[in-house]
Amino acid sequence: MKLTKTLMASTALTVAAGAVVAEDMAMEMTLVSWGGAYQASQHKAYVEPYLAANPGVTVTWDESSGEAVAKLRAMDEAGNVTWDLVDVVASDSMRLCDEGLAEELAHDDVLASAPDGTSASDDFGDLIVSDCFVPQIVYSTTFGYRTDLVGDTAPTEICAIFDLEAYPGKRALQKRPIDNMEWALYCDGVEKDAIYDTLGTPEGVDRALAKLDTIKDQVVWWTAGAETPQLLADGEVVMGSTFNGRLFSAIAEQNQPIGMLWDMQSFDLDGWIVPANLPADRKARVMDFLKFATDTQRLADQAKYISYGPARASSAPLVGKHEELGIDMAPHMPTDPANAGNVHVYDYEWWADNRDDLDAKFQAWLAK
Amino acid sequence: MSNSEPMLAADGTPLKRSLARALRREKMRALMLIAPLLLFILLTFILPVADMLYRSVDNKIVSEILPRTVVALQDWDADSGELPDEAVFAAMAADLQQAAQEKTHTKVGVRLNYEQPGISSLFRKSGRKAKKWNVEEGGPWKEQLIEVHKGWGDPEVWRTIQTYSPRVTQGYYLNAVDMQVGTNGAEMRPENEQIYGILFWRTMKMSLIITLSCIALGYPVAWLLANLPARHANLLMILVLLPFWTSLLVRTSAWKIMLQQQGVINDVLVWIGFVADDSRLVMINNQFGTIVAMTHILLPFMILPMYSVMQTIPPSYLRAAKSLGATNWTAFWRVYFPQSIPGIGAGSILVFILAIGYYITPALVGGTTGTFISNRIAFHISSSLNWGLAAALGAILLAVVLILYWAYDKIVGIDNVKLG
Repeated sequence: MKLTKTLMASTALTVAAGAVVAEDMAMEMTLVSWGGAYQASQHKAYVEPYLAANPGVTVTWDESSGEAVAKLRAMDEAGNVTWDLVDVVASDSMRLCDEGLAEELAHDDVLASAPDGTSASDDFGDLIVSDCFVPQIVYSTTFGYRTDLVGDTAPTEICAIFDLEAYPGKRALQKRPIDNMEWALYCDGVEKDAIYDTLGTPEGVDRALAKLDTIKDQVVWWTAGAETPQLLADGEVVMGSTFNGRLFSAIAEQNQPIGMLWDMQSFDLDGWIVPANLPADRKARVMDFLKFATDTQRLADQAKYISYGPARASSAPLVGKHEELGIDMAPHMPTDPANAGNVHVYDYEWWADNRDDLDAKFQAWLAK
Repeated sequence: MSNSEPMLAADGTPLKRSLARALRREKMRALMLIAPLLLFILLTFILPVADMLYRSVDNKIVSEILPRTVVALQDWDADSGELPDEAVFAAMAADLQQAAQEKTHTKVGVRLNYEQPGISSLFRKSGRKAKKWNVEEGGPWKEQLIEVHKGWGDPEVWRTIQTYSPRVTQGYYLNAVDMQVGTNGAEMRPENEQIYGILFWRTMKMSLIITLSCIALGYPVAWLLANLPARHANLLMILVLLPFWTSLLVRTSAWKIMLQQQGVINDVLVWIGFVADDSRLVMINNQFGTIVAMTHILLPFMILPMYSVMQTIPPSYLRAAKSLGATNWTAFWRVYFPQSIPGIGAGSILVFILAIGYYITPALVGGTTGTFISNRIAFHISSSLNWGLAAALGAILLAVVLILYWAYDKIVGIDNVKLG
């Protein structure tokens, strides 16, 4: 009952708002996302209901989020930004905000409040990592392992990736310093709270790389999220990191013999940014859509199609079952209490400062 | 009639002028005809390349966003080990406030962060506060700035700002050859940050190996194509072209399936007992994988020019050589091969230059030891947004290719290259 009421209320609201200023709003929108199952979940959860409530509006998808920062900068320099709303990871949103390529938003004014009246900025809480960022989902980079290749004792904690004796075989790791350096230090005995302080010193970097050195010749480095599930399915690696949604679909949809290792999963965020300096009519349309697409119900709906946690606190209780598989989605969310016992919280500001420097060191280490 | 009288055309104008006008009209017409192409190349190729090259030295962002600070910092001695005086801090406060209002403070922070980690958040955090400052009356700024962020109390930060004040910089080029601006001018980076030298060298070496493998594999195929009866040659030609029409990603992924440890080749080798099940060969995610996949992908670029040159070599020359007593090998080596060199030259240049700039295949099958410099360029363009460094790396790559081209011209002669 409550669900339908919220749905009807918000739809009525949108229709009413649409009626007032309809003539000032562009009728076309270009949304940018990652393609694949994730974009499909956005289309079903946000776009289809929005289009139903706003007949005449057309939406075009552009699957360019992977190179969104570079493309947006190029568009901005050419003075011809063709995108209206761009889905990016949190660190990219900070970068776009720093470069002046994304619009700074007053979250409480432009976003819907929670059904109980909590303001948007309280509902999203700390997840608003940049003034330009509207969070959608919480995902995590975590490990999956082949249940049939790890022997009798399945790994339950992260440091299994550095334990070649108990779990021989190759591992898949992402080809970037982020996460890997933190896991290495953690497994080398650094306290969780001290990881970034340690990594900030040259000795800390050396220590992390030395730890990674112990497994270097057993690592397959991936660059695309789809690689790890494939490597696991082929038996090329016994364990590997990737985005939790990819592992979910390998396990639940493709029935692969893969288990989840949630320990020290690295939380990350994905969300929208509005390109800076859009024309007034396009901006009006996109802000209207943004308010609708990031309300409590819409974010909860998205979890029906993909195992990523909604970014609003008020959406969590509304998460239901998978649309097609009919399984309960909550236990597959990275934010589920059973999975989130020991998590690694990624420090965006720290990485924004140190990414270029550490990346050079990491790549030099890789090349040796 | 005296000699000084100019010859006149039918309409009374001097013939010379009339001729020049007619020729000019001809030239104009020719120019008009190629104008669309010229304009197209200028707009879509030459200007963007020039713009990209300029970015490799462009550094006006610092002096544009921090104009007062740059002037005030000029006389500060970075080696004194002391912080700049109050005037510099006041200038920075004024610049920061203006930049924060124009939302450009983070841009300059990102730029300087390439040179010293930490400056990005220094500017981001200070900019937030700067909007509320009263620049005219507030102060003293030294204490106030250091209170906002302790980074302002670090002389190294000021040194970096001073070093990167000029409107042009050699910093990107230095970075691109593993160097940096140190206290005593340019110096090598610490060894654990040196990467571009390794990658340039590896790119050259592997491109050469790929080119040589293409010659070795392509030459016999091109010879067959040129010498088989048309019926068989056409079938063979389709076999050469078919992979050429297949998506690059599909071909690269196919090699993954073939070469991986649980892949087709390893499975066959284990099955026939050539290798043990627990010591399967590692053939992918290394240099070997990159060489195999790229040789396969670039092979048509070698075969086609070779084929079109070989087709023009009359088979009667070989028969003539043999009838004069040459062995098969002598006939081939002394008569046929020299005539096919222009095809090898054309194919080699094509393959080598394509290989140097390749990045998709090395990224997918290269692992850590098989990636190229182009992978780093792509990273800096699309991910780290350090376009200045990407431009410098690209410019160096361009220069290397031009030098090799020049050397090739000196040694082999570019007139010796034929595409058919």
